[in-house]
Amino acid sequence: MGKTFAEKVLGRKAGKEVVAGEIVEVTPDVAMSHDNTAAIAKTFYSIGVEKVYNPDMHVVILDHCVPAANEKFALNHKEVREFVARQGITHFYDIHRGICHQVLPEEGFALPGELIVGSDSHSTTYGAFGAFATGIGRSEMAVIFATGKIWLRVPETMRIVVTGDLPEGISAKDVMLHIIGKLTADGALYKAVEFTGPTIRQMSIASRMVLTNMAVEMGAKIGYVEPDDKTLAWLEGRARRPFEVVTSDPDALIEEEHVFDVSNLEPMVACPHTVDNVKPVREVKGVKVHQVFFGSCTNGRLEDFAEVVKVLRGRRIHPSTRMIVIPASQQVLKEALAAGYIAALVEAGAVIVNPGCGPCMGNHEGILAPGEVTLSTSNRNFKGRFGCKEAEIYLASPRTAAATALTGTITDFREVV
Amino acid sequence: MSIIRGRAWKYGDDVNTDVIFPGKYTYTVTDPKEMAKVAMEDLDPRFAREVQPGDVVVGGKNFGCGSSREQAAFCLKYAGVGAVIAKSFSRLYFRNCINAGLPAIQCPEAVEAIQDGQSVEVDLKAGLVRVGSKSFSFPPLPPEVIGIFEAGGLIPFTRKRLGLE
Repeated sequence: MGKTFAEKVLGRKAGKEVVAGEIVEVTPDVAMSHDNTAAIAKTFYSIGVEKVYNPDMHVVILDHCVPAANEKFALNHKEVREFVARQGITHFYDIHRGICHQVLPEEGFALPGELIVGSDSHSTTYGAFGAFATGIGRSEMAVIFATGKIWLRVPETMRIVVTGDLPEGISAKDVMLHIIGKLTADGALYKAVEFTGPTIRQMSIASRMVLTNMAVEMGAKIGYVEPDDKTLAWLEGRARRPFEVVTSDPDALIEEEHVFDVSNLEPMVACPHTVDNVKPVREVKGVKVHQVFFGSCTNGRLEDFAEVVKVLRGRRIHPSTRMIVIPASQQVLKEALAAGYIAALVEAGAVIVNPGCGPCMGNHEGILAPGEVTLSTSNRNFKGRFGCKEAEIYLASPRTAAATALTGTITDFREVV
Repeated sequence: MSIIRGRAWKYGDDVNTDVIFPGKYTYTVTDPKEMAKVAMEDLDPRFAREVQPGDVVVGGKNFGCGSSREQAAFCLKYAGVGAVIAKSFSRLYFRNCINAGLPAIQCPEAVEAIQDGQSVEVDLKAGLVRVGSKSFSFPPLPPEVIGIFEAGGLIPFTRKRLGLE
């Protein structure tokens, strides 16, 4: 029997043949941490080791509360800077660079066939480039700093086949919300999820990142898209080092397969307070929204800006709705400026914020008040996510977000264009 | 300690890391005592005030879904929780529990049987959850990770492994 992508990558790292279900001890190619690096550093020193095992393996990106919201956050950043300087960690990106899951690929660290761990659950994003990429905890990252090693269980593989031409304006976000709604929040628990099929092949790299980013919302250990010419073109001039594309063998054991035909898909929305509480927008349209958040590691990229501007250019957002816009990275911000998207959004009445995670974790830049409702292009609508447990969060695509900002209520974008 | 005894705090399916340990505290609440005080804040305000050492948190399927935030495991440990029993766990939460030295027990039958507030006994060595007159067995941890758990968590395990104990 052939091997799955997951078995091949972890087998290669473990230096032996492995099958799903086995536990291996491996050294990652890349280990990413963000603002939590200060806490990880404390745990690292508590082990009793003074020098990091391999400073070159680590990428540290400040993004969760940038610039610092108060003295505590500022101290946290200061400790991160001191740690990376003391340990000679050169792959360090300070508050100017953007969200880790956007910056790490932009900087050429997300490579096919490589093993990437990040102390952030949405590290699954890098699977859009054919990497085996998963989230880990702070203590585990501290141990990687100390020893270079982590234990991982080789996951079983689930395949999600997407077919059909997407209707005009329906995006990868609608597709992913639809899939999570059907498979539910634990539908892919512990699984390596491979996204495949003609619709995925037609998707841009940015759209594929939406799928792998949110794979963790259905419990997946990794999300993966087989690299193709688009992936290789994207990596051209970006890749940090030579890489090898790794794919599942045709006769590998695929434990489950789900086929989704999206040719008639409508705009979708995840309703409070779970990501799998998914409905077509038409079923909840008219719900009053106080704030629209357009950004995050799920949907803060240039193609998302293009979608939003299609709706909002030359118009004003609703006077009772505020719209917060956060580009995923400085690179995206520069391109959005050059394309005139930022000016169009400012004209429309949106608030532009520094690239980073923004309000998504409840730290700053758009925290909600009790009784408020937000529609967000991010990936989680858990209670308290935007800093207030008496607020409600809906998740949708950038185009739905734009239409909602325009009318002040949850809106099917097809009704405002 | 291989026998854990306490009251059950029973919750539903898909209890996520944000309601166990809110994101807004991720960079501001770091002291173990303070972490214990905000445990479950967005799910059950009674919990942190009334939880007793040895008490058991009981959840449905996909317990701990969401963030990699390991404070969602550590805050329960610091609050005195003896074990978490669930129908299933999110993979990150399960790992974080092992790494925190907090028993994460997958036992759907026990979850069905346990009522909120009821006395529960967990026998880690025997692999049994006892509820009233009934007992339910659960599978042992994989041998590769049992050492981590027995050492009291990943950090003490690593110290031992590196000869630093």
